[in-house]
Amino acid sequence: MYRILREAWRLGKVGDPMPSSSSPKKATPFSRSAVIRHVDAGSCNACELEIQALGGPHYGLEQAGLRFAASPRHADILLVTGPLSRHMAAALQDTYDAMPKPKKVLAVGDCACTGGIFHDSYAVLGPVETLLPVHERCLGCPPKPEQILSSLQNLLHEGLEQ
Amino acid sequence: MNEEALWENGSAPFRVIAGPLPIHQRDVLAKDWQTLAQTLRRRGARLLGIWGEERNDRQYRIHALFLTADSCYWCNLALAQGVEGFPSLAEIFPTAVRQERAIADLLGLRPQGNADQRPWLRHAAWPSTFLPLRANPVPLTELSTQGDTDYAFQGLPGDDLHEIPVGPVHAGTIEPGHFRFTCLGEQILRLEERLGYTHKGIERLLQGQDPFAALVLLGRVSGDSTVAYAWAYAMALESIAGVHLPERAQALRGLLLERERLANHLGDLGALGNDAGLAFALTQLLAIKEEMLRENERIFGHRYLMDLICPGGLTMDLGADTCQQLRASGLRWQQRLQDLELLLQEHAGLRDRLVGTGTIAPDRAVDWGMGGLAGRASGQAWDLRVQFAPAPYDRFPMEISLASSGDVASRWAVRFAEVFASLRWQEKLLQELPTGACKMPLPLPSVGEGLGIVEGWRGEIFVALRLEAGRIARCHPHDPSWSLWPVLEEAVLQDIVADFPLINKSFNLSYSGHDL
Repeated sequence: MYRILREAWRLGKVGDPMPSSSSPKKATPFSRSAVIRHVDAGSCNACELEIQALGGPHYGLEQAGLRFAASPRHADILLVTGPLSRHMAAALQDTYDAMPKPKKVLAVGDCACTGGIFHDSYAVLGPVETLLPVHERCLGCPPKPEQILSSLQNLLHEGLEQ
Repeated sequence: MNEEALWENGSAPFRVIAGPLPIHQRDVLAKDWQTLAQTLRRRGARLLGIWGEERNDRQYRIHALFLTADSCYWCNLALAQGVEGFPSLAEIFPTAVRQERAIADLLGLRPQGNADQRPWLRHAAWPSTFLPLRANPVPLTELSTQGDTDYAFQGLPGDDLHEIPVGPVHAGTIEPGHFRFTCLGEQILRLEERLGYTHKGIERLLQGQDPFAALVLLGRVSGDSTVAYAWAYAMALESIAGVHLPERAQALRGLLLERERLANHLGDLGALGNDAGLAFALTQLLAIKEEMLRENERIFGHRYLMDLICPGGLTMDLGADTCQQLRASGLRWQQRLQDLELLLQEHAGLRDRLVGTGTIAPDRAVDWGMGGLAGRASGQAWDLRVQFAPAPYDRFPMEISLASSGDVASRWAVRFAEVFASLRWQEKLLQELPTGACKMPLPLPSVGEGLGIVEGWRGEIFVALRLEAGRIARCHPHDPSWSLWPVLEEAVLQDIVADFPLINKSFNLSYSGHDL
């Protein structure tokens, strides 16, 4: 235990300052905190690597009032990656339907925003907005964690009323 | 025909494919297909992959790639005009089962003798008459977004048993797939996987593409192995062109590949610690991984090193000062990781979760034909970098990392050993980085067939490629996850459901690379 504490002490604080949000702060019921449910709708898994990195010590995800939930029942924001494969469409719709209102959808990565390089495939529906209302888009291949964090904060500050 | 005779002087002898690794190719008749596979199996070969293609009009071919201790064997089976079935290898190589089912889904060719004829990559969104890899598939109007609800799972009968369906949406940030557990209390008696949820039709998208433009897509077959895929694809192109890369280009590609391995291993080690309830491991290792990703971005221009490898070399070069920076950070991480490894090695709570969990004993690993990281953790000494020492591993040798018990702790240990091996290798390489050009022109013929194979961080990744009229006629990228997903079903047996995330993470197989 002592050695764990010593290593933790040695690492110290590595977090970055919070990226500033582009939207003005408004007093809304969820303006300080929201819970995210992530669904991979056919991504190549690079976006997942960045979402995992977002949970690491360099990014103050929880400090920003954000955390990931295991169940859509507990979530305010649906974070979707991937070009929406046909095989994931039903599961994504079910996840969205299972979330309580108010809820918002964040499309992360070029594929989720535009269909990306997989757009023209028979197995792909295209951008997430072909199935669900998308409230915020985070472009990039893959987008960096700070970009994802910034998009999440935009959603927070816009409020979650719907 | 006598088996050995078939091997030694069969009707079509092996051709040698140009490239940094020995690859032998030959045509096989349908009647000899299984015999040849048996002969190869007896000679200790593993099946790396099996795939199909349509050539010309309704002229089908089945390809299989085998690996022995001294060469890769690429065997082609040309089916007679109009024949839509082929002899199955499932009885000889158990990992062929799903790959042959995928051939049936994508090309409509039936594996004769494969006991499992259920669809694999095809779900309910299109009918079995829609065959995407045929020259003229059925019109797209038949496509839907219907969910896969009536797949025939092979559960176990018994009044005391219960089933737990998990996925395709999982609790954590991972890719989608369905797992069906049959349990007696807490204990897992059977696990059946259902994959294909991330099927994006990559192989169809590749057909007809410009071979240089296709590199972007190849780099996104499985994002965590982008360097390995890009290298394997570039290697296939370079083998068609018959060129030898400058030494510096080879060395820098090796550097990228080892850094990809490092980043993934560090992330997996951290996640394994976290799944065992030790958040300290995740925080410490993710911190180092993040430092590396940021350095990648600063020096190479991309955190995951995407789109840096191009046919004929690389799109970037390293300056002398950046080499110094890479060496300094490498030595710093090595020091920190040594402290961490010792600390975690002695952590009783962590050891308790890892040791004896998710075991694949070495003899079972042989039966499955395991390779890659998971194979090495079960005592299987397969590593292309060591076996064949393709450039740059000829000048800068890589050491093999092995463990023998085949449990989660072994896969943990092999990962840690490979982290140190890669860091030491990077240091040696940067000390004597070859000078010269890092890119050369690639005079690509408009017709040709080639294959590239690279030891990615999971195992052997290969890309088989055929060009026609200057365009891609068929390109098959192959992930080692194909051969390891079935093994995971066995690894969880006798363990409890709560250990599944830990065992799954210890393999950390690709869904996207498998579903294509």
